[in-house]
Amino acid sequence: METPLIEFRNVSKRFGDRNVLENVDLRIYEGQVTTIVGLSGSGKSVLLKHIIGLLKPDEGTILFRGRPVSTMKREEIETVLGRISYMFQDNALFDSLTVQENIALPLRETTNLDMAEIDRRVMARIEQTELGEAARRYPSELSGGMQKRVALARALVTDPRIVLFDEPTSGQDPLRRNAILGMIAQYQRRLGFTAILVSHEIPDVFFISNRILVLYERRIAFQGSYRELEDFDHPLKDEVIGSMEGLQDEMADLYSRRQFKVLHHAHSQGRTGWEPYSVVVFALKGIGSIVASFGDAAAQEAIRGMALFAMKRFGAVGGFSARRNVDELVSVLPFAGQAEAESLLKGFVLDIQARGIPEIFAGARGAKVAGGSVEVTVLAGVAQGEADEEIDSVIDAARSRQMEIARLRCDGGGNQ
Amino acid sequence: MRRWSRKGEAERRLGAFVSGPFAAFGRSAIRWIADSGAAVIFFLLASLKIFRPKQFSKIVQQVYSIGARSSPIILLVGLFTGMVLGLQMSSALVRFGAQGYLGSIVALSLVRELGPVLAAIMITARAGSAITAEIGIQRISEQVDALATMRIDPVRYLVSPRLAAAIISFPVLTALFDLIGIVGGYVSGVMIMGANSGTYVFRVQSSLELEDIVHGFIKAVVFAVVVSTVCCFQGYFAHMRADSHGAKAVGLSTTSAVVLSCVLILLSDYIVTSFLI
Repeated sequence: METPLIEFRNVSKRFGDRNVLENVDLRIYEGQVTTIVGLSGSGKSVLLKHIIGLLKPDEGTILFRGRPVSTMKREEIETVLGRISYMFQDNALFDSLTVQENIALPLRETTNLDMAEIDRRVMARIEQTELGEAARRYPSELSGGMQKRVALARALVTDPRIVLFDEPTSGQDPLRRNAILGMIAQYQRRLGFTAILVSHEIPDVFFISNRILVLYERRIAFQGSYRELEDFDHPLKDEVIGSMEGLQDEMADLYSRRQFKVLHHAHSQGRTGWEPYSVVVFALKGIGSIVASFGDAAAQEAIRGMALFAMKRFGAVGGFSARRNVDELVSVLPFAGQAEAESLLKGFVLDIQARGIPEIFAGARGAKVAGGSVEVTVLAGVAQGEADEEIDSVIDAARSRQMEIARLRCDGGGNQ
Repeated sequence: MRRWSRKGEAERRLGAFVSGPFAAFGRSAIRWIADSGAAVIFFLLASLKIFRPKQFSKIVQQVYSIGARSSPIILLVGLFTGMVLGLQMSSALVRFGAQGYLGSIVALSLVRELGPVLAAIMITARAGSAITAEIGIQRISEQVDALATMRIDPVRYLVSPRLAAAIISFPVLTALFDLIGIVGGYVSGVMIMGANSGTYVFRVQSSLELEDIVHGFIKAVVFAVVVSTVCCFQGYFAHMRADSHGAKAVGLSTTSAVVLSCVLILLSDYIVTSFLI
């Protein structure tokens, strides 16, 4: 069994008379995105501060790669902590330093890099986080969203192995929120660091998470994958998860995965035994090139465009959709068999080639980078499900039948 | 039985009434001793970290902030202090026919005592309060924690440069205060009250010895350590105040820093003077 990168064993923490953490047991694995969810004030940030060493447990043990931190030498602890970066909930930017100076601070103070190299790295992060125009401004002159991106850039500038994100998307509009989550996922894949997030953005944050930890009544009540969480039967599911989920995804009228299941279940209940339904799984391949050429916001805009188009087409025949992954959408046609679904998809293909693609590229066309060129492929697969069949297996079948339905090249000037 | 329990309760209340003030005094004394010990450790840590790499530019920046930007107020206060001394001493010495000693009295009182003390109090009011407020705000807005998470030692980054800058700036500003004070004494004593110009300058030169100037600088360095340690300490631990939180804690810490610094300047002045004389 894989040794966890970070492990808590019976960790408890009190502030005065108030117990914040009580016998917390958790495991965080290397190279994964782990999300900690819980109600406000449940001790999520306190938990993160134990990992970074800002707080020490009153009881219990914290282990790093199986070794108790309390038995490590000071130099070893410094080495471990030196690989960790932390993005604060309220950003904790230095208000007397400019954006550029804020991002450069950890490099200037903890490395022996020359100024030219520091400037190069800082400018690279500034470009990636779309902060070019704000580089010489002070944090107080920026919007909340921009401040958040400065904090993100500062957290990533040292190329850390573990990054802790304390509510990285709080106070962001839906589009920017998804862009930040997308950016975290993209950096995590590219740089391979272990990401630990505290977030309220359910279900969006689950799309980028490998593991989820639920903090409930001062303990870790659940740790596992999102799929396992959906099957987990516990009062916390309604209290914690349900209270944080919005009715619909604000981005594109999409349902969360959980609501999507509930809706599907309701349709299944009302269906007679022999009536089939169909599932269409869409994927937007090449989203990384949109990010690289036009930025995260443009990529999110492209996904949003595709989601809106699917909703328009299939909503008219009683269908409903959910975002399944960063670049994947699932639509259920509750009253259509395989043949009818394929027929609807053919119409969809003609329509998307004629009108849909421009909508998908609405974000990219409006992006400020000129001269870049990206190629994106839209894949789709159809599968029929029976009333008593698990939807996940039908989705898997549809995914296995995916084929290319549209391909598009788009340059920075918006030519298609 | 009931009478006995009533009697016991009354005795307990009387005991609490009598011992209450002593207990409160004891708690305050223990807290004061603990805080003093913490401040001494804080100072020792900060002074050791002055000599770490990457400190030079930060020290220069703080010398500008604490030293250069305090010079106008030092010049102003020094000038008027010297002028008041010139006026008071001139009118008093005339009664004894000793107006010729005006230069000596002005120079010695400024260089030995008034210069270091008043300069330190003025720097506390201007720069010390700013130090506490700045570090306090950085503390409550988690900027200090952010430094720790970036493996930047907050004491090295925030406190050591200010301590070093204070040790550099206080003697220089004291010298500036002394100089402009002597000029002020000349303006009021010679130009307004009519004392002899040559005698004033001669008495200033002849009465001042190197020892007087060195003693003044020693006091200035002691005050620099006291003021910078107290002001940084109050700001650094603003979040741990028991009586308030957030912005109010920063405000109260700033007030405490200024008051405590001024009291400690006068206290340490007496102690240092008693050793030097």
